Amino acid sequence: MSPRFMLIGFIGLLLIAPQVASEFQVTLLNYIGLAAIVALGLVLLTGVGGLTSFGQAAFVGLGAYSTAWLSRAENLPDWAAILGGSPWIGLLVGLLVTALVAIVLGLLTLRLSGHYLPLGTIAWGISLYFLFGNLQFLGGHNGMSGIPSLSIFGVELQDGRYVYYLIWVVLLGAIWLTHNLLDSREGRAIRALKGGVVMAEAMGVDTARSKVVIFLVAALFASVSGWLYAHMQRFVNPTPFGLGIGIEYLFMAVVGGAAHVWGALIGAGVIIILKQWLQDWLPQLLGASGSFEVIVFGVMMILVLQRARDGLWPIIARLVPMRKAVQRVPQGVALPRRAVPEAGRILLEARNIVKRFGGLVANNNMSLSVRAGEIIALIGPNGAGKSTMFNCISGVNPASEGEVLFCGKAVTNLDSREIAKLGMSRSFQHVRLLPTMSVLENVAIGGHLRGFKGVLASMLRLERGEEARLLAEAARQVERVGLQESIFEPAGSLALGQQRTLEIARALCADPCLLLLDEPAAGLRYLEKQALAELLRKLRDEGMGILLVEHDMEFVMGLADRVVVMEFGEKIAEGLPEAVQRDPAVLEAYLGGVE
Amino acid sequence: MDLQIALLLGQDGITNGAIYALLSLALVLVFTVTRVIFIPQGEFVAFGALTLASFQVGKTPGTLWLLIGAGLVVAVLDLTQAARSGMRGKIPRIIGWNLLYPAAAAAVVLLMKPQEMSLPAQVALSLALVAPLGPMVYRLAYQPLAEASVLVLLIISVAVHLALVGLGLVFFGAEGSRTTAFSEARFDLGMVTVNGQTLWVLGASLLLIVVLFLFFERTLHGKALRATAMNRTGARLMGISTLMAGKLSFLLAALIGAFSGILIAPITTIYYDTGFLIGLKGFVGAIVGGLASYPIAAAGAILVGLLEAFSSFWASAFKEVIVFTLIIPVLIWRSLTTRHVEEDE
Repeated sequence: MSPRFMLIGFIGLLLIAPQVASEFQVTLLNYIGLAAIVALGLVLLTGVGGLTSFGQAAFVGLGAYSTAWLSRAENLPDWAAILGGSPWIGLLVGLLVTALVAIVLGLLTLRLSGHYLPLGTIAWGISLYFLFGNLQFLGGHNGMSGIPSLSIFGVELQDGRYVYYLIWVVLLGAIWLTHNLLDSREGRAIRALKGGVVMAEAMGVDTARSKVVIFLVAALFASVSGWLYAHMQRFVNPTPFGLGIGIEYLFMAVVGGAAHVWGALIGAGVIIILKQWLQDWLPQLLGASGSFEVIVFGVMMILVLQRARDGLWPIIARLVPMRKAVQRVPQGVALPRRAVPEAGRILLEARNIVKRFGGLVANNNMSLSVRAGEIIALIGPNGAGKSTMFNCISGVNPASEGEVLFCGKAVTNLDSREIAKLGMSRSFQHVRLLPTMSVLENVAIGGHLRGFKGVLASMLRLERGEEARLLAEAARQVERVGLQESIFEPAGSLALGQQRTLEIARALCADPCLLLLDEPAAGLRYLEKQALAELLRKLRDEGMGILLVEHDMEFVMGLADRVVVMEFGEKIAEGLPEAVQRDPAVLEAYLGGVE
Repeated sequence: MDLQIALLLGQDGITNGAIYALLSLALVLVFTVTRVIFIPQGEFVAFGALTLASFQVGKTPGTLWLLIGAGLVVAVLDLTQAARSGMRGKIPRIIGWNLLYPAAAAAVVLLMKPQEMSLPAQVALSLALVAPLGPMVYRLAYQPLAEASVLVLLIISVAVHLALVGLGLVFFGAEGSRTTAFSEARFDLGMVTVNGQTLWVLGASLLLIVVLFLFFERTLHGKALRATAMNRTGARLMGISTLMAGKLSFLLAALIGAFSGILIAPITTIYYDTGFLIGLKGFVGAIVGGLASYPIAAAGAILVGLLEAFSSFWASAFKEVIVFTLIIPVLIWRSLTTRHVEEDE
């Protein structure tokens, strides 16, 4: 069965559901829809972006309370009375308030390492809950009633069956938006977050911005869900916006499958139906009243994370035989290229670089330069400080002292992202790929800076032209390095040598004028090495500058125009390959001195 | 506010702060050794207090059944594992800790009438029931995922917290309890009266901190924990079992948690779910210390206690809001002072 057929079938079922279901079941479906909207935000945040929030219920509360308060015109001063009474203005204000809070919170916590954000959201979830309960103008613990129901095109959505359609339209819309976002340039940047920020930043992704974006989107989804809830229930009090419910939302995302948009729906369905059932059944069993279902949820959560970390969706998806869609290699008009610097112009100049890690001096007084149309090899025994030097040059881990000039600009203390913008691109010694993404998508991350359409355009599919050109460019680079056979395979399934080659294609996709390659030939077979050398020569002839670290001497000596030799963090020799090979200091470094 | 009230509030704040400090130490310990953010810490606080309270009213505490149940499950899992991997030498230990120990505890609780025991004996028995739950929880929930990311471990922590809160409700019911004070003495110091219990809390906290310090500085197990906290792989290469380190840190955390609960139970009414908020306040302290520094964490926790006491005077309805919002300036400060460079994991 094709995915499209499944989707149409599912929507068909949704359409007839309220006609055949009992009122109670429709209410349950409404709750599932509302929760799935929130859980969907968490899929984006947790499953895709690797961040977590336990405080989503508080964002739901912001949406609900905003519209509840505004819907009563007597709350407003005269000049603003016109804002009152309209749920649509309530929606808008709710979204604005939520966005403001989310951006402030996001900026505060997202820069810190992973666990501060969830801890912050716990604290924030508790604070907001107590705030809702203690502010008299929000009705305190008693809440606010008399919120009007929504009406669309003159139809008042008073009946649960009418609200049902609105909720599910919003949910499907949110799923569509999220799906689109993930399948775009911005989406690749978001998915790159989980692979660590170093690679993403080196490819020019503003990871801090990407994190704020998904945090914001998740918060806005929650806020919309709150708005729908307030007008469906026509009453709000603090209870559904407490930390406990926030945790439940996260459970939905994890149980359903936090990495899949449909996981949110499955998770919401499972948790809400289970909760309903357990709340009837457990108090009878235990002979006392109370929310005992948390025991089951807690244990279930532990088991899911221990046994099926990816949640239920992949298991369900495996049960349904899906026809694999035929994938075509993307075609498109070439992207504009950077002006090629004239041959012989100095691209990179590193002067007297010193890098200390505590007391250890990893680089001492290192200098080197690379010209356009030249291949420089940086060699030296293990631990000589070559990769450290790479990190200093590319801004991944800036130098303690010294100066790096790139294209005549001082870049010593710039972020790796800024340096990437100027036209430097690199590969890593320890391969940094996103193993579950396809080869093509991994390479396309390299082209991040060559696209300009933003998150909103991606969500609404207004960037398809640019996206096609980006993917076509990525496909060209895949072909250029000879990986076209496995272009749609997951990058993690490639052999290590091929993964290194993939990193070269990714670096090339950025259209750099200087290429930094850290051990590109390691793990390659003889013929593959020859092909790689051929490619690098061709790039040099096109005017690119290439700086490479490599241990394979045959490969280096046959390829490099000049060689720089390092030992113990210092430069011990520099010159033509033949000269360096005869240099006594180099021989001693590699073969040991004569005792 | 006059000086007398200020002194009174200060006394309150320092008493609670001392408890938060103990908890924050345990949280830092667990986090550095196992990378687990130990949200369920608060449940051990509640379990410790409610177990003691049950003894004092002559009930059998539900934690006994929890100990027996958890011991059974751990025994089944570990015995199957031992049988599969052919490690028969481990079997006596597994049976001893997970089946015989709970059975012995049950015998003491059911046959020796804890209600008539002296207070120190009741306290010791409560700790003996609650503390072993720490390593058992580690075995059941965390051990299979010991290498997972901090984030997954955090979600597990929240799940464990929920399960334990629910079980607390099953075992202890929704009513709150207070225990008898360690001391009814009162001391008049000029304009302020110091309660005996306050002195107990402060003295016991200080003593526990000193004991912990000696444990980490002077004993092999303490040093092993510190080594694991610094570098798991390195510690393992030196023959330190990270499994042992994990269980030991959970044992200590559960012990500290339960003891904190016992200390605070005569001052505050403890409900089955009270522990969570108490534990979280320890967390705010621990976060002040960046989840890494013991002294700063303890100082932060005292600060939280004082803030809470004074805000309960000025704006009692917003007490919790104020305490948990404290985390925001702390996070700003931390985000401005730390430059996070990611290395290969």
